[in-house]
Amino acid sequence: MHDDENQATPGEPSPLLRKVLARLGQQVLEHRAWRGDDRIHVDRRQIVEVCLALRDDPELCFDLLVDVTAVDYMGQPDGFRRPVEIWDRNRAMVRRGPLSRHQVAMPERGPLPRFAVVYHLLSTRFFHRLRLKCRVPEDDPTLPTVTTVWPGANWLERETYDLYGIRFQGHPDLRRIYLDESFVGHPLRKDYGKRDEQPVQPLHGPAANEPRRPH
Amino acid sequence: MANHRIAAYLTRSDRRQTTTDESAAFGGSFVATRLRDAVQWARKYSFFPYPFVTACCGMEYFSTAGPRYDIDRFGAALPRFTPRQADLVFVVGTITHRLAPILRRVYDQMAEPKWVVSFGACTSSGGPYDNYAVVQGIDRIIPVHLYIPGCPPRPEAVLDGLIKLQARVQHESRATPWKGIHGSGRPLPD
Repeated sequence: MHDDENQATPGEPSPLLRKVLARLGQQVLEHRAWRGDDRIHVDRRQIVEVCLALRDDPELCFDLLVDVTAVDYMGQPDGFRRPVEIWDRNRAMVRRGPLSRHQVAMPERGPLPRFAVVYHLLSTRFFHRLRLKCRVPEDDPTLPTVTTVWPGANWLERETYDLYGIRFQGHPDLRRIYLDESFVGHPLRKDYGKRDEQPVQPLHGPAANEPRRPH
Repeated sequence: MANHRIAAYLTRSDRRQTTTDESAAFGGSFVATRLRDAVQWARKYSFFPYPFVTACCGMEYFSTAGPRYDIDRFGAALPRFTPRQADLVFVVGTITHRLAPILRRVYDQMAEPKWVVSFGACTSSGGPYDNYAVVQGIDRIIPVHLYIPGCPPRPEAVLDGLIKLQARVQHESRATPWKGIHGSGRPLPD
């Protein structure tokens, strides 16, 4: 897979993207239609009005929010290259220091913001789909909630908050939804150790102190 | 307990403690054995399982309980959906750290004597879920008496495991074997 296939280049917009671009205009920062998937990037400050427009436009009518999730682009090779952080092959950071031969050096994060929040939209009238992305920086991982647009976003945003630590401003009940309230950190972030358990029930017995299997 | 089944068991030649002459002298109207043998025989054929089903292994458990494989043939037919009426807990499926206190509570609520079966790969070792969220084997939470391997185990494997557990229950030597962890005698912490 070539790099240019991954980049959000303008390219040839699909028929759906033409309608979206005609409706949203300059609010679309990037767009890309690739292998039948249509995707647009918008600014996070405009997410609510963009969603309202996509939901209420009679040509688009995105009345169903299928999923809200996020992507952690930490270590994405999009800019600087400083191999000081050591990652294992599952892209979990192991330590800082020299490499061993089993490890790979992941490049430092580039100038793009670290996170992207992803909304998957579906129109139950026209059966077309759209992927909506917002870049969110690491030092201020906040975003306006879209529960006012689709009430079903409530639990989906709680899940994104739980696993990625992205705070949705104006959310009526922003609590953890999967993990225990005592959990520290957000496990789907790339800098969270993949096997860092936080047991709620204290472990005991002969098996409690067994080392975990090697990778 | 069905009296004729007890008598049929107790009069088997390898269990009988009395001689034929003694029994015949009283017209075959009594049998003698050790009380522990009789009690353990009754226990192993009257399990009341509690299915703690969380994941896809549950389909195999249902299949084992259904008419084709029919766990009733082995005396473990009647699932009790409260742990207070159960003496055997089938832990079927992935146990996450969030769920671990609930499983421990279920185990603590069961009346003694009680046994634990770890059903499938996830329950026994975490299975494919080698991550932050899944308990890497429920023997880190509660004692386990029997592990059934498989992802998921076939019903034949479940029945084989049940028969092995019955053999273990028949031949348990200590009075309260469920009070230790893997027979180590170490009591469970509160």
